[in-house]
Parts: sequence; C-alpha cells; structure tokens
Amino acid sequence: MDSSWLARWPVLRQVTGTDRPGKAAAAKSRRSGELRARTATADRVVKSICPYCAVGCAQNVFVKDEEVVQIEGDPDSPISRGRLCPKGSATLQLTTGPSRRHGVLYRPPHGADWQELDLDTAMNMIADRIVATRRATWQEEHQGNRVNRTMGIASLGGATLDNEENYLIKKLFTALGVVQVENQARVCHSSTVVGLGTSFGRGGATTFLQDLQHSDCIVIEGSNFAECHPVGFQWVMAAKARGATVIHVDPRFTRTSALADLHVPIRAGTDIAFLGGIINHVLNEDKYFHDYVLHYTNAATIITEDYADTEDLDGLFSGFDEDSRHYSFDYWQYEGTVVAPASGQRDQEHDERVSRSGNVHRTARGEAHGSGGAAVEGTPERDETLRHPRCVFQILKRHYARYTPEMVERICGITPEVFAEVCRHLTENSGPDRTSEFVYAVGWTQHTVGSQYIRAASILQLLLGNIGRPGGGIQALRGHASIQGSSDIPTLFNLLPGYIPMPYAHSGQTLTEFVEADSAGKGFWSNMDAYLVSLLKAWWGPAATPGNDFCFDYLPKITGSHSAYDTVLEQIAGNCAGYFLLGENPAVGSANAKLQRLGMANLDWLVVRDFSLIESATWWQDGPEIQTGELRTEDIGTEVFFLPAAAHTEKSGSFTNTNRMLQWHHQAVQPAGDARSDLWFMYHLGRLVRERLAGSDDPHDRPIIDLTWDYPTEGRLDEPVAEAVLAEINGWDHTGTPLSAYTELKADGSTSCGCWIYCGVYADGVNQAARRKPAREQDWVAAEWAWSWPANRRILYNRASARPDGTPWSERKKLVWWDAEQGKWTGYDVPDFEPDKSPDYRPSDDARGVAALSGVDPFIMQADGKGWLFAPAGVLDGPLPTHYEPQDSPFPNPLYGQQRNPSRLLFPHEHNRYQPSGSEPGADVYPFVVTTYRLTEHFTAGGMSRWSPYLSELQPEAFCEVSPELAAERGLVNGDWATIVTARNAIEVRVLVTDRVAPLRVAERVVHQIGLPYHWGPNGISTGDAANELSSIVLDPNAHIQEVKAFSADIRAGRRPRGPDLPALVERYRRRAGITEHTGTQR
Amino acid sequence: MSDTDVRHDDTAPPGRDAVTGGRNGTGGRRRRRGRGEQPMVPDAEFRSYYGRPILHKPTWAAADIAGYLVLGGLAGASSVLAAAAELTDRPALARTGKLGAAVAIGGSLYALIHDLGRPARFVNMLRVVKPSSPMNVGSWLLAGYGPQVAVAAATAVSGRLPRLGRVATLGAGLTGPAVAAYTGVLIADTAVPVWHDAYRELPFLFVGSAAGAAGGLGLIGTPLSQAAPARRAVLFGAALDIVATKRMHDRLGMVAEPLHTGTSGRLLRAAQALTVTGAVVGGLLGGRSRVAAVVGGLAALAGSACTRFGIFQAGITSAEDPKYTVVPQRARLDEPAR
Amino acid sequence: MSSNLSDLLSGDDPPGAGGYPDPAPRFGFFTDTSVCIGCKACEVACKEWNHVPDDGLDFTGMSYDNTGGLGADTWRHVAFIEQRKPLGDQRANAGVVDLGLPSFTKPGQAEDAERGEFRWLMSSDVCKHCTHAACLDVCPTGALFRTEFGTVVVQEDVCNGCGYCVPACPYGVIDQRKDDGRVWKCTLCYDRVGEGMTPACAQACPTESIQFGDLDELRERADQRLAQLHERGITDARLYGRDEDDGVGGAGAFFLLLDEPEVYGLPPDPVVTTRDLPSMWRHAGAAALTLVAGLAIGFLGGRGR
Repeated sequence: MDSSWLARWPVLRQVTGTDRPGKAAAAKSRRSGELRARTATADRVVKSICPYCAVGCAQNVFVKDEEVVQIEGDPDSPISRGRLCPKGSATLQLTTGPSRRHGVLYRPPHGADWQELDLDTAMNMIADRIVATRRATWQEEHQGNRVNRTMGIASLGGATLDNEENYLIKKLFTALGVVQVENQARVCHSSTVVGLGTSFGRGGATTFLQDLQHSDCIVIEGSNFAECHPVGFQWVMAAKARGATVIHVDPRFTRTSALADLHVPIRAGTDIAFLGGIINHVLNEDKYFHDYVLHYTNAATIITEDYADTEDLDGLFSGFDEDSRHYSFDYWQYEGTVVAPASGQRDQEHDERVSRSGNVHRTARGEAHGSGGAAVEGTPERDETLRHPRCVFQILKRHYARYTPEMVERICGITPEVFAEVCRHLTENSGPDRTSEFVYAVGWTQHTVGSQYIRAASILQLLLGNIGRPGGGIQALRGHASIQGSSDIPTLFNLLPGYIPMPYAHSGQTLTEFVEADSAGKGFWSNMDAYLVSLLKAWWGPAATPGNDFCFDYLPKITGSHSAYDTVLEQIAGNCAGYFLLGENPAVGSANAKLQRLGMANLDWLVVRDFSLIESATWWQDGPEIQTGELRTEDIGTEVFFLPAAAHTEKSGSFTNTNRMLQWHHQAVQPAGDARSDLWFMYHLGRLVRERLAGSDDPHDRPIIDLTWDYPTEGRLDEPVAEAVLAEINGWDHTGTPLSAYTELKADGSTSCGCWIYCGVYADGVNQAARRKPAREQDWVAAEWAWSWPANRRILYNRASARPDGTPWSERKKLVWWDAEQGKWTGYDVPDFEPDKSPDYRPSDDARGVAALSGVDPFIMQADGKGWLFAPAGVLDGPLPTHYEPQDSPFPNPLYGQQRNPSRLLFPHEHNRYQPSGSEPGADVYPFVVTTYRLTEHFTAGGMSRWSPYLSELQPEAFCEVSPELAAERGLVNGDWATIVTARNAIEVRVLVTDRVAPLRVAERVVHQIGLPYHWGPNGISTGDAANELSSIVLDPNAHIQEVKAFSADIRAGRRPRGPDLPALVERYRRRAGITEHTGTQR
Repeated sequence: MSDTDVRHDDTAPPGRDAVTGGRNGTGGRRRRRGRGEQPMVPDAEFRSYYGRPILHKPTWAAADIAGYLVLGGLAGASSVLAAAAELTDRPALARTGKLGAAVAIGGSLYALIHDLGRPARFVNMLRVVKPSSPMNVGSWLLAGYGPQVAVAAATAVSGRLPRLGRVATLGAGLTGPAVAAYTGVLIADTAVPVWHDAYRELPFLFVGSAAGAAGGLGLIGTPLSQAAPARRAVLFGAALDIVATKRMHDRLGMVAEPLHTGTSGRLLRAAQALTVTGAVVGGLLGGRSRVAAVVGGLAALAGSACTRFGIFQAGITSAEDPKYTVVPQRARLDEPAR
Repeated sequence: MSSNLSDLLSGDDPPGAGGYPDPAPRFGFFTDTSVCIGCKACEVACKEWNHVPDDGLDFTGMSYDNTGGLGADTWRHVAFIEQRKPLGDQRANAGVVDLGLPSFTKPGQAEDAERGEFRWLMSSDVCKHCTHAACLDVCPTGALFRTEFGTVVVQEDVCNGCGYCVPACPYGVIDQRKDDGRVWKCTLCYDRVGEGMTPACAQACPTESIQFGDLDELRERADQRLAQLHERGITDARLYGRDEDDGVGGAGAFFLLLDEPEVYGLPPDPVVTTRDLPSMWRHAGAAALTLVAGLAIGFLGGRGR
C-alpha cells in the first residue's frame, strides 16, 4: 500500500479531526467529496413537454455531450409545477432506453422474417407504392357524384404527434385524395367534440386544470382522474384543501375514489340514467339557476309541433326512418325557424336518394361542431315564462320525468339515499356564488351513446349555471399528448382543420354551395367562407384563385363513413391496399383486435412508424391468429415496413393539451440511426411523390403538383423547420405578415391560414406556444405561459360568468365583466366575447353574422348564441340524451321498449358477432358486465410503457379485477389465472380479487362487474392478452366511437385453451347462446 | 364553508392540506356502524403487510459465517490451552493447541473473506477504527491475533526461535479469549430478533462451545498423559454451554421459538446431545481410554459446530417471519407506561 | 470516560457531531400518506435519477403493489392496503351493503368487518435516515457515513459487501445487490441535495405526499398536519419516526400513517441495535474472563488422571 493511500487513511483523520467515531467526515471518501449532480454538469437544459397524456406537464431535458442525461419536471409550469407521474418520470428510459429500435426493417410478401433495409430505399419504395396504389384505385366518381379520391390508401395515428406533423399528414394525404385519415381521437374523444360542440359551440373542454381550485364541488365520473392524469389531479387536491367536496362515480373504487369524499359505484353503461335522474331532480325541486337558464340557454325556445318525445314513442323521437335507421332533423326544429344542421340541409334532402345505405348519417358531421355549433336561420320564438308546453324547458321536464331515484336505483344500482346525497352536494354547490365542475374522460365517450353522455352533462351544467364560470364547466380529460391537436388539425376523415366539415360528395360541387350548406347565418361560424378560403390558400397558394374556386375542387369528397373501423372492413373486403400506422397500435388498442389484424393481413403494404416492434408490426409473424392457426405467415402477402420514429426530445413541435393549450417542445438532440420525426417522414415522402408526379398532365395529379410543399429544412438530416409549419398554420396576409387573430381572415383569398382556430399562435412572428413565463411570476390564469385556442382564452364562454347586465354573478366567482367606463369587457381571463359589444346591445332583425348575436349571448359560436339544452340539430341520435342499454347488456331497458340506441352503427361480420341482451334467450351465457380502462403505470396500447422496465415492473402482467363474491362464485383465486369469454374471442389474465369491485343490486338482482385494463399485448417486457380481443365494433352514430366501456362476458377459472382449441371454445359459447348474424342487430 | 373564491394572491392553502374523509366533508349524515368500525385485531393474531418479513435476513452464507464462528471459537480457546500448556510444560497439548489455532484461524479468515461481496476490498476492514462495529473490532483483533498464532505454530513445527515462539504463544493466549468471545457480539449487534435478544447469553454460550471444541481437539491430538486439562475443558465447556442455552430459552419468550423448532431446533438439540456425549465420553471416560478420548473429542467438536450453525439458523428464521419482530415490539408499546 | 466510550460505541446526533466544519441544517423527508395517490412516480423518478436496476417482474396479487418492499434495487416503495374499515367520514363504495353472498377475505383484511366499509391506504416507504443508524454504526469499512446534511449514505467506492448492515437495519431497508456484491439504499439524493436541489422522488410527487426540507420545519409542519386531521375527525392519523426519543433517536425520513406501522410493513417500535452494544461488550468481556478462568482451573490439580 503506497504512501498516498496512507495519507488518505481515514484513521488518521479520526485521530486528527473531530470525528472520533469515524462515522462522518472522517469516513467520507474522495468520490463522495467530488460528487456532482449530472444536472449541474449538463451542457444545456432544453425545455420540453411530456409525451404521454394530455395534461401537458413541462419537462426539463438535460443534455451532456449531445446525449440526454436526465429528464425531469419543469417547476416553472403553471399546470404541473415541476411534478411528473411515473410515466413522465420514465421518459428518460423511454427516449434513451435499449428497447428503442433505430434501424428500418422490411418484411417481403409471404416472408417468414424481417430484413434490414436502408432508409432511402424504404422511402422510395413507399413513395412508389403510394403512386401505384393511388393510380390503381383512383375514383373519379361515386354513385354519379364527383369524388376524385382513392379508397386504396388509409392512415391511422396522430394523437401522439405534434400539431405540425398532423398538419402535414392531413395536407399531403388530402392532396393525394386519401380520405381515410384517422387517429386515436376517433377511438378516444370524438364523442366529446359532438357532445360539447353541439351544446356550447366548441368541442373542447370548457375550462382548464388550474381552475379546478375554484370549484366547490367536483364530480368525477367516467374518469379515473388520479390514475390517468395524476399530475392534473393536484388541482383537485388544491380544491379539497380549500374545502371542496369531491365525488367519484365509477364502477370501481379506484385511486381516485381513495381521495374522494364520496365514491358511488355504478353499473357500467348507465350514466345517462344517473345524470337524467339528477336533471329530473333539479327541474322538479326548482334547483336550477333561473336567470342563467333563462338568458343563456335555449330553455325558453319553442320547438316545432312535429316534435314527439321518447316518452310518446316508447324510446324513439319523431322523425325516425326504419330503413335507414336514422332521424330527420326536420322534426326537432325551433318553431318559426329553419334549422340548418351543420351536417347540411342538402344532406337531408339527399336522404331519400341514399337512405338505403344510410350513408349521409354515417359521416359524423356532428364533429363539425368542434368549433362552431349548428346553424340557425331566422329568429326562434321564445316564451320567457318557460311555461309554453312546447318550450325546451317543459319538453326537458317531460323527457326526464320518469328518471326518478327509484328508476336510477333500478338501472344503475345506486340507492336513493346515495343518489339524494349526490344531488344535495351538486345543487348546494351551484348558484351565483358557488360553482361545481364535472370531470370526465373515456368512461363517458366510449359508448354507442357516447355523444349523448356528454350532452347529458352539458344539459345539467347549463341548468345549474356552471358553464363559463370559475370552478365550473366540464373538464374533458384527454389521454394523448396532442389528441386535442389531432382533432383541431384533424387527422380525421370527416373534418378539415378548424372543424370545417370535409366536403360531402353531394353537399355542393362548388365552394359557394358548400359554404351555403354548412355555414351559419349567425355567430362566428357565419365566417366559414373566410376560414375555408384561407385554408385552401395555405394548401394550394398561388394556384388557388377566385377563378378556380380556390381549388375547392382539389378536395376529395366523402360519401359516408370512412372511419378507422370502416377502413378495417374495407381492408378485409380488399378495397384498401395500403395502410400507414403513425404511432398507433390498433392490434391492441382498437375494438375487436382480431378484425384489426385480419384487415392488415389483407393489405398489399403496411407502413408502421413507432419506437419498438409493437403488435401491429409483428402480427404476421407471431400474432394470436398465427398461434391459433387461423392465419399462416407464408399465406400473408402483406409487405411490411417498420420505420423507427423520433422521440419528443429529438424534434421540435407543439402539443395541444387537454385544455386547448399549445405548448412547444424544443429539440434536445438529433435522433439516432434511422429514427426520424414524422415531420421528416411526411415532408420527404411528399417530396418523393411530387418528384414522381412532377411531369404528369393527368388532372388528378394537379392537387399534388400545385401543393405548397417548400418547407425549409435544417441539419444533416434535412429536418423540416417545424416553426415554419406553425407559421403556415397560423397564417399570413397577402404581404406575408403573420396574422394575429382569426377575425382578420378574409374570404377573398388575400389571407392564408392552415387552421383558423390556431390563428394567433404565431402572432407578430413570435412562437406564442413557446412562451414560458414562470408561473410564480404570473396570476393563476398564467396567460403568458404558452397559448390556448381560441385567442388564448382559458375559460370558454366566460361572458356567462357575468350577469346579463355585465356585472359578476358574485364577488366570489367573478372572472369577466363589463367595464362601463372603458366600454369594454375585462377581467382575469381573455373575454370570450366581442370586446366592445355592450350587454344591452340588441341586434336588428336583419342582422347577419356576429352582429346578429346580442350582448347577452355568451355562446358566440352558436347560431342563436345560447347554450343548447335541446339540440334541434347536429346530434344524429336525438335532441335529448336518453338511456339505452349497451349493445351487449345482461339487462333489459326498463324505461322503454327500445333496448339499444336505434341509430347506432353496426358492423355484422363473422368475427364481430353481437350477443343476446336483457331478456333475449342466451343472454345468461354472458352474465357479467366488463368495463375496460387504464392504469397509472401504463399508457394506452402499451407502445410507450410495456417496453420500459421501470414501468413494466410496476404492473408486470395483464389482470382483471373481481369482487370476492364473484371470485367465490366462479372459483377464481387471487394471483391465479382466469379466462374471459365473449362472442368475439377469449383471453386469459391474472386475477386480482378486491373489495374495490362491488356487486351491485340492479333490477332486483345482483350483477357482478369485471374490471379489465386494456394495455397488454404479446410483445414487450410486460405482456398479456389484449382486452380488445373481447370487444365488438359497434359505434356511436355521431362520432363513430366504439363501445368498450361496457359489454357483457363470462369468466371462468384457469388459463385459456391454446391453438385451435381457442376459437373452438368461443364457438361453443356462441352456440350455447344461439348467436347468429342477426343477434343484437335489430333496431 | 369552502374557501374557493377567485383571487389573485397565493394565500390559498396548498394541495397537501387536503383532507379526505374529514368531518364537514360529505360526512355528517352518515350512520356510523358500531361494529366493524375499528376492528382492533388482537395482537395474538398480529398484523403485518401481506405476511412479508419486515427485516432483511442476513446475506451471509451459513457455511462461511457459521463456519467462521466455529473456527474462531476453536482457535481462540485453543490458543488459551496452548499458552497454559506451554507454561505448565505440556508440550504435546501446547503443540496441538498451537497448530489447531493456526489452522482454525486460517480457515475462519478464509471464510470471512470468501463471504464478502467484494473480496478484493477486504483490506477496507482496516480503513477505520470503529468500536461501534464489532466486525471492525474483530478485524483489528484478528490483525493482532493472527500473526502471533502463525508464529507460535511455525516455531512449534520448525523448532526454531523457541523464545519468540513462547512470546507469540503467550500473546495469542491472551488475545484468544477475546477472539472467542467477540463473535457473540458480532451477531448479537443486529436487528435479528433471536440474536439481538440473546446478546447477554451468546458470548457465554460461544466461549463455552469454544472451550468444548478446543478441549475436544486437545483430547484427539494429545496423549492421555497430558490431556487432563483438555478433558476438564470439555466438561467446563459443556457446563457453560448448557447453562447459557437454558437461560437463553427462558429469557427470550416467544422469540425463543426458533431455538426449539425447525432446522435450527434440530441442530441445537443435536448440539446439546453431542456436547453431553463429549462431556461424558471424553471428559469423564476419556482419561482411561484413548478411544473414548478421541470419540469424546470428536463429539465435543461436532457439538460446538452444531451450536453455532443452530444459532445462526435460528437467527435467519426469526428474521424471515415478521411476528418475531412485531409481537415483542407491539407488546413493549402496549404495556402500560410505568 | 464511560460516556465517551458509549459515545464511540453507539450513534451520534446529527448533524452536531460528524466533524464537519459548518454542517448544513439536517435535511429529511416527511411522507404524508393521507394525500398519497399511489401513482408510484417516486419509485420511477428515483430509479431514473439513481440508475437503479429494475427489480424483476412478478405479479404479486397484493393489491397494486408489485414491488413488494424496499431493497437494493428499490429505494422507494409504495404500499397498498385494502381494509374493511372507514377512513374518517369518507363514504367508500357508498350504498354497497353485504349482499350475503359467498365471500372470502384476503391477507390484511379483518375477518369480521362488513362489506361496504372500505378504505384503500397507500404509502411511499423509504430509508429512514435514522438519527442513530444501525447500518452506519456496524459498517466496518466506513462505507456508510453520515453526510453534512445529516443523511446516511453508502459510498459505493468503499463498500466491500460484508453485508453486516443488512441484518442490522431494524426496518429492512438496505440490502445487497447480488450481481454487484455491494449494498445499496436511498441516498436522499446526496448529489442533488449537494446542488441545492430536491430529491427526485419529492420533486416528482404529484400531490406533495413526499415533502423534502429542513427536518425541524418538516416536524413542525407534520405536527400541525396531525392536529388538523385529528380536528377533522381522522383519529387514525399518527406520526411515525417523528419522536426524537424513540429507539432510533427519531428518523430523518418520517411518516404520517393512518394505521399501525406493522400494517404498512414497518416495525412498531424499532430500536437501534447498538444501543445495547456497551452492555454486549461487557458481557463479552465477562465471558472471555470466564473462559480464561475455566480453562486455567483445568490446569490446576497437577497431572494424572
């Protein structure tokens, strides 16, 4: 031992120093003395946003030697305040972990294994296939109408991507004539857009997370807030700390319930009955907010005498067509007015021609209310006394009269005593100086009546006067980083950016016709022509002139539903040959996972872009159908390209969070290997396709040739400059000066704007989404942190926070008010109202557009300026929410002879069989109610969590949650295996026996519910069968969202059979239940 | 009345002040059930977290550490015998003791190092001087004891440097008892219920079994003429062993359970039997027949080994079952404050 | 002298002693389990920061706890306890009554409790950074040491994996990483705290269940919190590790619990083993002398049989 060791010998320090026991200073080693935190030694800190859920937590990304060395919460954020959930905390492993792939893989047709491929070759091969498939499947016309499109190519994914990326996806594919462009928003929150849009005018959450702290009562229903949005939940805790009451209504006792004051177990799929019961209570007990209801809603509006209610028609409204199974809006209209639903008058007239296929009503036009409600012409008749038998208020009373506490108990399994307690909390905490807020998520949206769930909450919140007020509103919690953005800049088949409806084949062949059909005479939606023309200018620039209708004709036309689910059947039918999966994993995450795979197995080519080899990329090699022998790898002709994607730390762009807030994340490092951003992928793919079509004189190639596609690129990877794309989305005038508000948009072609509701995000040429003024330097609204649409407003319809005369309802809950001296609206938030329109302004009868709204109309996107209790148009399955049983339910509907939603969308197929319900014979074969959901520890279909060791070890296997009672009944053992069976498939999962799931007494009998997290698939570190093997494809008619939150099934102890025995088991169940292709398909 | 006014200061209470289930939460009108209200589970059926152990059981391998205990004791006591024999002119007995001690301490040292997660860092044992760490104290002890034993043995074998050998032998004889006794503290100075609770008896038990082992070795390696002290050592060791064990059983209460149940119980019963056998056959009859001496000696050695392995195993068992941690602590808390 | 000796033998009182020129205030954690949402962000944030390997994939069936407990590869552990008893006036599974259906109870569940009464406790456990730390006392190499912040840290460049600290810890916190040989546990993010930063777990915690700071302030805050909860009728609330006179001289990381410690897998009344060390040495000394005496006697009474 050398002398230097001797010199460092702690014993010497013990003797010489004051640390005699040798347990502290003396024992400290050299390494300990020199220890530094790697955050302190990092070269730079890059500002970013968490890529998981839509709370939008800010992250600091620490970079050392061009490597990301640490990612943690940014304390400056007014939303997250530096905190992160387990997934957010695992982003370092997500982005730098060994599970990520960095090379391109290629599977040739009928190939048994992957081959490596270089990126350029792959890009060129894909470009060739697009051109060829497009040419081969080009449709000039459909049923005699010009459509100029291809049904041969489809794309899925976008909610996990940046707005700029979604913009390029929609722009390029639309120019190519591809209409089947979809993303997770379809399967998660499309019904939110319909429900909130038709009720209030915009399809986004009406408030923002920080405002929860002002709520006196928070009702969380259809959401597992604490588990799925843990960091956002801190604002519920803030409200609790201030004395708010928190109620959680959910089939299971979850980590949210554990922090609630009251947990109300409910039978999955019955929330409309529950909410209807509260509405009935509020109306009968006169607990509604009279002045608010009278002035701010359409309660006083009188409805045509053609209207007949479900009470009169045993569960149907007037205007139902038995053949097409859809309603005509004509029977629900305002008295003395012509109501033009946003789905287009011409569509209605057109019904007769296409009603056989029911096409028109399969276009999900309700979503066109994402920003802008339905259109109304003329001035509706009102009865300010609310006594007229046909006024909305009285109709509402009649409609919900039978939703009594006893009926609620019979349907939902909630005792009258508990129901009364919920009503008490809600009504006691609503009014001029108290507010209550509803919080929901996909527990409400994913039903055959999903849109109506949201409508029901909207009606209740309007009656209680909670919309547009601090601590009030309806909070829609979204689950992907930018799923709001992928609805705003829609990678959705039925929408154009800013919720402009995608033109329908016969809704006008000219721009003018189309605008007339779809725009409103009143409200801000009346400027749709300006929004649309500016969009066309953004896409086709100089080529778009008044002379050629601004290239309106370049837009492909839709002719019915082309949703992700319709696409699957098109694939199986052999009509769709090419498929792009951009950060989405339908083989696990979409309803009826088997159909998803069978569809992909029938493609010519498939492009998968993701971090790892997700199930949707490997099904041809090791998927469940290969295991059962239903498919053989060598028989599958699908050519598969796997392209590694770049992570959020490797690209710049904006995410739109759950409260419409655009937050910019900056690139920290270059992606490694062949990993690329989807911005890079779409831009260069477009470039390659344009090269191939450059010389073409074929007219249907014009939209591609004329497309504005000259984005600046940077770096050795030629990455397109994301901010340049944002600038195009924001728009500019003819001089190229960035616009600052959508009010500046013109219909004469002098302005260009890629998404009118995002206009202002690049005001003054400054990236407003990148603003990061620390929360502690701002008030609670934090208006200088990032940017929210519309016009940076945080609480929508906030004019309603003031009385009709413009003064606040109360000092406690003041937000925005009329300042008479300055003659303008002012307050804490940006007023959601024309700034200088006085409260006593009244429009003249011939007033048009925005001028036609009075000074007391807070819902400025609505044609009548009112919140809609009754939806005279826009919602395809009824003007009022009505309780129908889920598609597969063990119970009959006690309210009406009508068992299920009469206009739900069915997809009969041998692999998509429905089950008998209620009293139908065979219903007892599937006696239990299954509900699916997420866990804190995993993310959606698992692509971003099941490959992470840190997250996987926290929830290592697929499992189900059952009550001790059900466990005893079926011999299920905690920690052991169970097999769950439906008419579609059977899966095996671990069993978790818990009191958190309680048997309920429904309709005089006991019902057991089974909780089933849906994250798992066979690939990754944490594996298991996918819950979506069990679910069926049956959709809400408005939003085309699947019903996966409530269906019936059987459960048995033990593992499922292997190989061919598995389908055999499922078939035995089907036979026992007597299932045919007609089962469950009757009206 | 909630405090949810919209305001611009930051005087609102932080979220961490949230109370769930507090009165004037929703509470109030709730019919509290009398029973099932606070099901106080009697300590008999003690409560735990899914029956999982509270303590981490020692990572030590039995062969290494229990072996270390056996050999350390054998070495220490043998050195004492050797020194005394040297002084009372019993060369054969002294020689047996010296060689025995040398081999034993060598083996124990090997076991100790072998058990380390990072054997190369063994020298770190001497990085500090820490009376609060019996293992550190032990290391310094061995650092002093080991060389003397080595020299004593070497000189005995080679016959060279007799004076130095004598000094080393006496030095080892003086440090030997410490080596034999400290191992009791080594394992008692842990949270392992059986080991810690027995800290009063363990040193006596261990020196007792050390004496027995050393005596046993003496019986085997020494002609009858010189073996008398070894026979008495076996008797003394057995006596001390039995008394200490008895006291331990009585004083430990429910924690003593592992001492008479399971593997550890079997080992300790075997230990007692062998020790008694060693005492009777070796200690009493060993003076008459060489055979008896050898048999008795072997029994005593085996007895010593079984004692250490038994105690070691009893400790592991008491660490693996949370009841040995919870029940005594709970009882301590629940007994009325005096 | 004897006091001086026992001082050497057993623990010191951080940060007073330790021989640091200007010791910082003692830092610690106050984990208030009454606001924990069981999200496990603490577990992941800790592993990300400290590069702790994953701890294996096993589905335990213990509610949502698939981690099991603290160990070499788990420095924060969230416990989940499902009980058939109420949390104050919380109405859990409201309206659900015993349907008289066949049922059975699981570990940690009171046999006689009625269905309908329910609460779900969650708690994030961590190293207690004891005032009198047994692991630190018994460490023979000085690998474990008391930092200038009063925390207890293993020095990975010194530890030789003797494993003595493992059975010494009365909480079962520190453990050996088999493939590595050394022992590991929470460092209270020694490196971060050194830079004036918050430990990773506390920074991530979405509901401030994990609070980091000056131990004296935390203790004050905890006392107020306890009073608040008692006043609001949460009579089950109690502090654990707060008492400076307990067996470990008070914990640097202490907790607010809603049931007895053992229900969370914590020892109800832990005592630092070295408290008895002086007595142990005395007994060892006596034993050594007994040995000498006992053997010496054997040499009296001359030779012969």
